[in-house]
Amino acid sequence: MHPALSVIVFTVASGAGYGLLATLALLAALGTIAPSLPLGLAGFGLALALVTGGLLSSTLHLGHPERAWRAFSQWRTSWLSREGVAAVATYLPAGLLALLFTFFAPGRATLAILGLLTAAGAVATVLCTAMIYRSLKPIHAWCNQWTVPGYLALGAATGLALAFAVLAAFGVPAAGPVGIAAIAALAAAWWVKRAYWSFLDTVPAASTPESATGLGRIGKVRLLDPPHTGANYLAREMGFRIARKHATKLRAIAMVAGVVLPAALVAVALATTQPLASLAAWLAALLALAGALVERWLFFAEAKHTTMLYYGAASA
Amino acid sequence: MTGYVTPRRRLGLVIDLDTCVGCHACAVNCKEWNTGGHSAPLTDLDPYGPAASGVWFNRIHSFEAGEGRAGRTVNFPRSCLHCDEPACVTVCPTGASYKREEDGIVLVNPDTCIGCKLCSWACPYGAREYDEDEGVMKKCTLCIDRIYNETIPEAERVPACVSTCPAHARHFGDLGDPASEVSRLVAERGGYDLMPELGYRPVNKYLPPRPGRPAPPPQPAEPDAEGLTGFLGWVDRMLSR
Repeated sequence: MHPALSVIVFTVASGAGYGLLATLALLAALGTIAPSLPLGLAGFGLALALVTGGLLSSTLHLGHPERAWRAFSQWRTSWLSREGVAAVATYLPAGLLALLFTFFAPGRATLAILGLLTAAGAVATVLCTAMIYRSLKPIHAWCNQWTVPGYLALGAATGLALAFAVLAAFGVPAAGPVGIAAIAALAAAWWVKRAYWSFLDTVPAASTPESATGLGRIGKVRLLDPPHTGANYLAREMGFRIARKHATKLRAIAMVAGVVLPAALVAVALATTQPLASLAAWLAALLALAGALVERWLFFAEAKHTTMLYYGAASA
Repeated sequence: MTGYVTPRRRLGLVIDLDTCVGCHACAVNCKEWNTGGHSAPLTDLDPYGPAASGVWFNRIHSFEAGEGRAGRTVNFPRSCLHCDEPACVTVCPTGASYKREEDGIVLVNPDTCIGCKLCSWACPYGAREYDEDEGVMKKCTLCIDRIYNETIPEAERVPACVSTCPAHARHFGDLGDPASEVSRLVAERGGYDLMPELGYRPVNKYLPPRPGRPAPPPQPAEPDAEGLTGFLGWVDRMLSR
């Protein structure tokens, strides 16, 4: 599948933004972080900026962005519609929580209720994003049990890494446990992506050129003549191919730059004092985001669509 | 789309892979009719340039199946199958992609389509093509503007691809009616679904190529010149010198 930059930026930014948002909301709900103007502006501000920037980026690949409001109507069957509804619904408690946390000093109960609602909305929105891909049967690389854990784990890993960097910069005591949680989430992301790639390399798609044409009854099927000599929408959108050797290298880059180094840097930050701790924490967060961008690019580039079985692909 | 109801009729095509000659006339007539039809225009970008690319509802592939004498070349027209389980409809976030209750035809409303392209990802058959110029998705309408068109002679009220096929390889009718001509054809010839494993339950059916003629008997061996007598024996001896 064609790796559209707008969709890659959207899923990575919103995943990290919702991860950060959920972390801060839960900490606020637990009373682990106290309402404060600088922490509210930096923490909730960054989370909402990432989420909003991501959502705006997602509208860039639309043919008619001015009609995007119509996408809230089909939530009964469409995961894309559900994602839109969940994203907008999450803005209500999240916006209120950010406002109160930053500029006022609300009571414990208010923080607890808004915090839990915000965290639930953030997780639900990332879940809907993942389900958009998980539900597409023609794409074997997406329609499998590893897609949802992959999106949740990477959202949590990048979000927690960002939360740790923000909290470490402010010297908040909660930074310690959040750093440990970030290392755990990075380890989970490592495990899920390894399992996903092992699945991709070993489990073949159900559909084949034989089942796509129904000509398997005669024998092995191969394309003799394509229907057209030039490109078309299908070839551009679904015919994207990446060499296996590049995929292997990029997988390694995503794992080392996006998981191993950030986890090591978080550990360094936990063991050192300022300003080194802050520097290591921010470097960890930026590397985790960069690794997630590579991972998300691969998620598209490695995915094959059954339509290409009609255009000479030997497998889907 | 929500509140999905099983359509009363299941209009669709039956495509005979035995008789299709791969002439592309159906694709050309489809383009010709539909560029002025319900989903007009079927935009072409750079039509006379080196990177011509445009929207078509019907594409004709040619495949080879099997090896040696048992192998066949099969021409394979590909268009929307108007599935009974159309994921292209259920994934649509705006309801612009819909399946008609009265005849099962799957259509796109160009006024509410936001051009997110998710429906084209959800279609295993590559039946949907995005119009980059208009920013909306387009697809086969089963020539909805012909089959119900009372301003054209009744015999012509079939999809453009069906009317133009010189090999009579395309048949149009109600596949929900077991007594219809198309349903009988499917039953007689063993019509089948494409990628049944994905569960989209396409309405359109494909008729398999008929079994090939049995392989011809082996050619008689080279006549043996040994033992010839008379004139032919003399010729053989002369030529063998």
